[in-house]
Amino acid sequence: MLELVIISALNGVLYGLLLFLMASGLTVVFSMLGVLNFAHAGFYMLGAFFGFQISKWFGFWWALLLAPIIVGLIGAAVERFALRDIHRSGHVAELLFTFGLAYVIEEVVQIVWGKDPVDYRGPPSLDFPAFSIFSTNYPSYKVFMFAISVAIFVALLIVIKRSRIGLVVQASLTHPQMVAHLGHNVGLVFTLVFGVGIGLAALAGVIAGPILQTQSNMAASLIALLFVIIVVGGLGSLAGAFVASLLIGLIQTFAVSLDGSLASLFGPLSPDAPQFLIRNIWTVTIAQVAPIIPYALLILVLILRPMGLFGTRET
Amino acid sequence: MTELVSSAPMSRAVPGARLRFYAAWGMVAVLLAAFPSIFTSASSLTTFSLVGTAIIFALSYNILLGQTGLLSFGHAVYYGIGAFFAVHTMNLIPQYGLPVPLPLVPLIGGVAGLLLAILTGWISTRRAGTVFSMISLGVAELAVALALILTDFFGGEDGISTNRTKLPAWFGWHFGPQVQVYYLVAFWVFVSALAMYALTRTPLGKICNAVRDNPERVQFVGYDPHIVRYLAFCFAGLFAGIAGALAAISFESANFTDLGWVKSGAVIFSTYIGGTSIFAGPIVGAIFFVYLSLSLSDYTSVWQLYFGLLFILVVRYAPGGIGGTLLMHRMPFRVGGLGRILRTYAIAAVPTLMLVGGFVLAVETIVHHTVNANEDPRIKAFGVSFDASSPMTWIVAGLLMLIGYFVGRLTWRGVTRAWDDARTIASERGIPS
Repeated sequence: MLELVIISALNGVLYGLLLFLMASGLTVVFSMLGVLNFAHAGFYMLGAFFGFQISKWFGFWWALLLAPIIVGLIGAAVERFALRDIHRSGHVAELLFTFGLAYVIEEVVQIVWGKDPVDYRGPPSLDFPAFSIFSTNYPSYKVFMFAISVAIFVALLIVIKRSRIGLVVQASLTHPQMVAHLGHNVGLVFTLVFGVGIGLAALAGVIAGPILQTQSNMAASLIALLFVIIVVGGLGSLAGAFVASLLIGLIQTFAVSLDGSLASLFGPLSPDAPQFLIRNIWTVTIAQVAPIIPYALLILVLILRPMGLFGTRET
Repeated sequence: MTELVSSAPMSRAVPGARLRFYAAWGMVAVLLAAFPSIFTSASSLTTFSLVGTAIIFALSYNILLGQTGLLSFGHAVYYGIGAFFAVHTMNLIPQYGLPVPLPLVPLIGGVAGLLLAILTGWISTRRAGTVFSMISLGVAELAVALALILTDFFGGEDGISTNRTKLPAWFGWHFGPQVQVYYLVAFWVFVSALAMYALTRTPLGKICNAVRDNPERVQFVGYDPHIVRYLAFCFAGLFAGIAGALAAISFESANFTDLGWVKSGAVIFSTYIGGTSIFAGPIVGAIFFVYLSLSLSDYTSVWQLYFGLLFILVVRYAPGGIGGTLLMHRMPFRVGGLGRILRTYAIAAVPTLMLVGGFVLAVETIVHHTVNANEDPRIKAFGVSFDASSPMTWIVAGLLMLIGYFVGRLTWRGVTRAWDDARTIASERGIPS
């Protein structure tokens, strides 16, 4: 039991960190530009597939360096040449545009790489167990993922809290007009932030690809999860996104590894009890319920605390 | 206040408007009734039933998107729940010998959609805009996940099937032949469309538009935008449920994919491409979408990609959709500049088609090399055959795109100029654009 708890906690934190790499870009872009980027998970998927392709050609380390940069540049181009013009047509048009973009990205990935999962592997130099807890060998690639995620998180924190550009970004979060009036090129900042946010999502894709499945449907279910994270954490709050990411990561991982059901707790239903639907609810395992939990959490948060855990303004 | 209300509806102010109204809807009824005599084959009647369902679904979606300004990513949930309740009703009626004929089943689907919307709508309509969209997506994910767990009701991955002919007959009709199903669908399309049109003319419909455009002012006037959005949401759920039930009657089955993301995406596409600003827009969009999805797949294997790109282009360059774009040309028509605009369109169409052709050629060649690389390199797309392995194909595609792009930019400037001139004349004469 202790082994299960420790391993699940490690995996959960790791998954949470990956989610944060994506959610951070999404929430910052949303509060700065007012654009909810529906295609954000699509860019994560592009990162994974670019990482797969580049690592096949030049090796994993090149992929780690190049894929996020390429995808980030694509993202910046999307902001500069499409989103900025659509901004005039209002938020609904923007959201619809990114929705269409997500659809097209998925189609393109399906055309180029097919519908089946691709054989994306981490670098051979990291293909050894880092340490073992009880009887489980913890792969060193996961330790590496940990290190990268934490490093990015710290770097992001330093850039935002300590650097000049971070100061402008912070100010643009709450007072974009004022920042523009002070003479900063808010448009350029927006493109930069959009590109970096997408680059981070792509980075998450590159490092998560070998562990999670790299497949053309990996984006569709993820985007809803990211929405849950940024709403639960509080829109525009990086700290909230961080906590919510870890929370969702841990909940998902623990729930998947638990096998309990009402039937295992209270014993099987008596044969003369009503069977229809009750039977389903009685026998469903926690692992099967796992995909529902984040959305239940979302609805709960919206009822009890509409501004999210760390949000300052009501969503 | 009473003065305001009584003078508000346009139909009373404009003489002949009422006549036009009856003429238009009468024509629709006659057309719907006449279709089976014109297109007699069973497959075209099946297509019409499909289109009819899509029309109700798209119109119900436009209550949210077009009239209230709510972009939902999970509208198929209400469609799907309508479909499942209809299927279960159709199974229960013969089992218990209930005297309910098939034409009433869509009503049950509608009530199911309405009840679910009443349940989920209160929280999700509390905020408009982006937050509403996010919540709608969350609710949709929740519904799909639940549908896969509650297998007794949703039938798991296989879904639930039924037999529509086992229900009590309705004046001798058993709804076995496709034409009887067509008339059932046609009746409900007519009734639902009329009801949704009527909804846009009620004070509630007008307040919905006001909530879309300026919720703060609506609040000042004394209405609660949350309640207004909630009511719109419930009506949308009702009609989506009817559409789902009709689909279940046509297919005699319901599946968890009816609730899912593909269905929700399809209704967003068809409604927006058709145009959200006018009532008939979603109808046009639904017909267009069903037609494209049935016919494009014969021409190319990657029609979904083209459809997604088309959607992006519509959002980017024609935010009014088909309906809104057509309506936009009323202004140049009145000032007499339409001829010139159409001429500039004809000129711009040539390089634009070159650009599109080159792009399609490139895409089809890439598709050939990635999807079926080992097959015969002479491929056929949109009825044109070409050799995908030859470098000529790439040169032609590249040239078409380059020339199309640069010449196209020049010709579209002509279009912009023609529009600018028309606008200038219109503003001089005081004609609203």
